Amino acid sequence: MSKGNDSIGKTLTVVISLCLVCAIIVAGSAVALRPQQEANKKLDKQKNILLAARMLPADASANDIQRIYKEQITAKVVDLETGEYVEDIDANSYDQRAASKDPEQSIDLNGKEDVASIKRRANKAVVYLAKDEQGNFKSYVLPVHGYGLWSTMYAFVALEPDANTIMNLNYYEQGETPGLGAEIENPKWKALWVGKEIYNDQGEMKIEIVKGEAPKDSDHKVDGLSGATLTSNGVQYTFDFWMGERGFKSYLLKQRQGA
Amino acid sequence: MAKSEAQKVLFGPIFANNPIALQILGICSALAVTSKMETTVVMCIALTFVTAFSSLFISIIRNHIPSSVRIIVQMTIIASLVILVDQLLKAFAYDIAKQLSVFVGLIITNCIVMGRAEAYAMKSPPFMSFLDGIGNGLGYSVVLLTVGVIRELFGSGSLFGIEILPLVANGGWYQPMGLLLMPPSAFFIIGLFIWVLRTFRKEQVEK
Repeated sequence: MSKGNDSIGKTLTVVISLCLVCAIIVAGSAVALRPQQEANKKLDKQKNILLAARMLPADASANDIQRIYKEQITAKVVDLETGEYVEDIDANSYDQRAASKDPEQSIDLNGKEDVASIKRRANKAVVYLAKDEQGNFKSYVLPVHGYGLWSTMYAFVALEPDANTIMNLNYYEQGETPGLGAEIENPKWKALWVGKEIYNDQGEMKIEIVKGEAPKDSDHKVDGLSGATLTSNGVQYTFDFWMGERGFKSYLLKQRQGA
Repeated sequence: MAKSEAQKVLFGPIFANNPIALQILGICSALAVTSKMETTVVMCIALTFVTAFSSLFISIIRNHIPSSVRIIVQMTIIASLVILVDQLLKAFAYDIAKQLSVFVGLIITNCIVMGRAEAYAMKSPPFMSFLDGIGNGLGYSVVLLTVGVIRELFGSGSLFGIEILPLVANGGWYQPMGLLLMPPSAFFIIGLFIWVLRTFRKEQVEK
């Protein structure tokens, strides 16, 4: 380390050339790897939708996922206020998460309405309609999210064609406590949801997460996670919101009447 | 002579001069990512890679780094490498990248990387610095893997997600220790690790 290194000229030369080299490496890797990363993200989402609809064989490869998704899933945009399909927006390019941040495309939820603590809700949501291999309608897959203890938890809820009975629940993105709240991803817990009904005959949202054991014959009650009361509450609020007036209720009731 | 020196630099940090156990550096990520083996292993590889290559590059240009901005220069190189690793993980190991989330980015602030750059790479030739980086990465990995094995085995009854101790919840006999899945448990395990290490290597005991 000779003294010449500390002259202003040398310092600037070293710093600027170092920045240039590093910038090229970072920018280069970001640009070169972007297509791969985008593809991963898309694939991950498709995988979770198929998992929710129980359409993914255990050993499915990336190609299988893409093929099954393409053949058997139709994405549609729904206006949450009216419950009608919106045909002029391409569901595959519509980004609900981005839309919920855009004041033009979302509503600000005030304290009382915002049971799931999501702050803003996009006006339009994407629903995924799944068909079986024979082309018969099989299930609705709805994206929901809500705040748990530490994080926003994202899930897909799959419903039977009666638009009421839960076929599957798939939490796929969350940052809850491992071993406690993160057990919402545990298949055994998800299995408890199968067959529960969201609305009663009067159309009231009835899903309830209870402490201790839920009665076996209950249509609406699900066991909470032990040691994760706040996460369980978060799941409850997520259902309260997304199956309520501000969520998919008008859409689902329409589908029920149509069905 | 040269060979034994290289061996010392490479293997010294594993037990004799372990960055976590002796220098108490890099504890933060050791707490965060060790609840599962899968994330632990990826984190170890990522950190070893960053430490080795940042030491290498810093050592290559060490005679040209102005001492007034040397920390900034080191940080720039480290940060670039970390971003590179993060991008690679997102592209080729998406599931794991999702679980590691911010912790890959936080390698930038891992004291081991900076510490080795400043303490060793600034004064040593490139090849030795590279070995020193790998050695310290390995030292970090040994502690992390130990902590990871204990936490996942006794916290979730599995290793790499494969069930070893059948859980009560799944009809087995093992009642998992929830505490081990919480970050503070890593503190206890690292403490015990240091205790065991210093029992056998008395010279590490601080007076």
